[in-house]
Amino acid sequence: MGKYILGRILNMIPTLLIVAVIIFLITRMLPGNPAAVMLGPQASAEEIEVLTEKLGLNEPLYIQFFDYIGNLLQGNLGNSLTYNMPIIDLIMERFPNTVILAVSALLIAILVGVPAGIIAARKQNSIFDYAFTTFSLMGVSMPIFWLGIMLVLFFSVNLGWFPATGMGSMDEGIGDFISHLILPSIALATIPTAQFARITRSSMLEVISQDYVKTARSKGLHEFFVICKHAFKNALTPLLTVLGLQISSMLGGAVLTETIFSWPGIGLLIIDAIGKRDFVVVQNMVIFIALIYVVVNLLVDISYKLVNPRIKYSSGKGGTK
Amino acid sequence: MSNELLKVENLEVQFKSGSTVTKAVNGVSFTLNRKENIGIVGESGSGKSVTATSLLRLIPSPPGHISGGKILFEGKDLLTLSDKEMRDIRGNDISMIFQDPLTSLNPVFTVGDQIMESIKLHQKVSKKEAKQKAIQMLQLVGIPAPEKRLNMYPHEFSGGMRQRVMIAIALSCNPKLLIADEPTTALDVTVQAQILELMKKLQDEFNTSIIMITHDLGVVWEICHKVLVMYAGNVIEYGTVEEIHDHPMHPYTWGLLDSQITENIEDHEMLTTIPGSPPDLRQEIKGCPFAPRCSYTQDICFSKAPEMVEVKEKHFVACHFQTKENRLNRKERSTHVRAVVKS
Ligand SMILES: Nc1ncnc2c1ncn2[C@@H]1O[C@H](COP(=O)(O)OP(=O)(O)O)[C@@H](O)[C@H]1O
Ligand SMILES: [Mg+2]
Repeated sequence: MGKYILGRILNMIPTLLIVAVIIFLITRMLPGNPAAVMLGPQASAEEIEVLTEKLGLNEPLYIQFFDYIGNLLQGNLGNSLTYNMPIIDLIMERFPNTVILAVSALLIAILVGVPAGIIAARKQNSIFDYAFTTFSLMGVSMPIFWLGIMLVLFFSVNLGWFPATGMGSMDEGIGDFISHLILPSIALATIPTAQFARITRSSMLEVISQDYVKTARSKGLHEFFVICKHAFKNALTPLLTVLGLQISSMLGGAVLTETIFSWPGIGLLIIDAIGKRDFVVVQNMVIFIALIYVVVNLLVDISYKLVNPRIKYSSGKGGTK
Repeated sequence: MSNELLKVENLEVQFKSGSTVTKAVNGVSFTLNRKENIGIVGESGSGKSVTATSLLRLIPSPPGHISGGKILFEGKDLLTLSDKEMRDIRGNDISMIFQDPLTSLNPVFTVGDQIMESIKLHQKVSKKEAKQKAIQMLQLVGIPAPEKRLNMYPHEFSGGMRQRVMIAIALSCNPKLLIADEPTTALDVTVQAQILELMKKLQDEFNTSIIMITHDLGVVWEICHKVLVMYAGNVIEYGTVEEIHDHPMHPYTWGLLDSQITENIEDHEMLTTIPGSPPDLRQEIKGCPFAPRCSYTQDICFSKAPEMVEVKEKHFVACHFQTKENRLNRKERSTHVRAVVKS
């Protein structure tokens, strides 16, 4: 197991390098001189030249690239000129906000999606099951930006229940904090909720008619434990896969959600930085997101073992066989 | 304490899907005394498993439901109990083991957890005592190094070992009744014998009554006191092992006996099979359910269902021609023979 994890961590390096190369090329291909955009229309040609040199943009592309990779490998993320602070501080400031949003969305998705899926499986072909199927299908195909705008229109503009944008502050009390959190969390949670619900239903249906579920009943266990302990633990493996995929794609969803709700997380930061042509921020944030992505996937793969004792890990090239 | 442990009266179980109703069990009655074993035999599809699962009220519902009858366990009708009362009986007073040991243990919990679960559920013991008891049970069912085995998962056990674990779980709370639904069918022949031996030994130790579902009559002769022969959801013959073994009366029972492979069968000897197949339980059956496959039929067999008659003491048969007054002569086994193919 230790060997397996080490192998997987070593495997992350090439993945991250590839991401680094791609994002480097993309930021360099954006039209316009970043220095000019950063300084604004009033800047003189000299000012632009000075900044271009400072950013190293006058060097040949390969030199820029090796500088960049070299710094990255030393853990030196550099400074943002537009935000006027080290990238690392920018991450420390913004990332917790994204985590708050993502975790609360994930909680909603798990707490709503999983029980709904279990009940639908238990009451297969009932009215609940049909309604469930319809809503979960709507949920997975919901465009986040559209849903976000509808939520704002309805709950903020029409009903005035929740603020439309921004992040509340704990200084204003927990109420302020939560009321700002609700709409963006719902927007971000919709797709994962529907996904969890669908996968829970289908994997529970597969498991619920198994002999060991009958054995559990024949022991005299309460139906709740029969379903939620004996059946559910067997249905967890596919659910974990979806969990990993959803956490990853929530990073993308966070970019959209944060933009709609002006939520000051890393998603909004990236969009902002693209607008300002702050390629240093964009590059580093994309790599940071890629890092989260691979770490989450590793954690999911490790947790398979916890729910399914039959999985044996081979060290080296990764994979769970 | 009355000697009668279980009395099933006119049990009926149906499965509904859409507008079709499958009458899987159609008026089954029998009694079982303490420390007595009863065998339920019959071709597959005859309603043995449904009968057995109904006793614990574990028929999947929907589509199934117990549509009539009584299940008197120590005088209480199980069908009138609340869910809570029923759960207190399952795994405690009555437990069950199933046909396929490869699928009846939960793959994601250790064997120890699965044994201790029953013990903790029904007995007021500490975790440590439960573990002690689980080790003791594994020892009893003949699993070597039980302390170590306790922490292993089912996939690390062979089929025979898993069935031993199932037996350990089933007996862990000293049940008064053990229902074994073809407990050896899925196992190798040599392992089958060991499991049967074990069940016999443990029954003496635990004073448990066993309902043994099997299609191996040899098993019945060996461990049972009574036999219930089922066909198409009906009991067609019921009596003591001695009676059924020495004086079987229903043509279907004769067929079952003739189709058994016995130890002393000669290479060239013939083995009969019962021609045809059981009726479709979704359709109303008029007359005797076995009539279409019976070689003794007369007109009455197709128009009137035979009643269960006590032809001799402790021997009941449902056949128009086997009554107190009349007897049917068993033909030589000549029809529908096929050679035993020895490999
Ligand atoms: N879950 C079910 N749904 C519908 N019909 C069932 C179900 N279980 C059993 N049956 C019906 O009950 C009949 C008897 O089945 P069973 O008791 O399993 O036979 P066996 O004697 O082989 O154990 C089957 O032929 C089938 O028609
Ligand atoms: Mg069966």
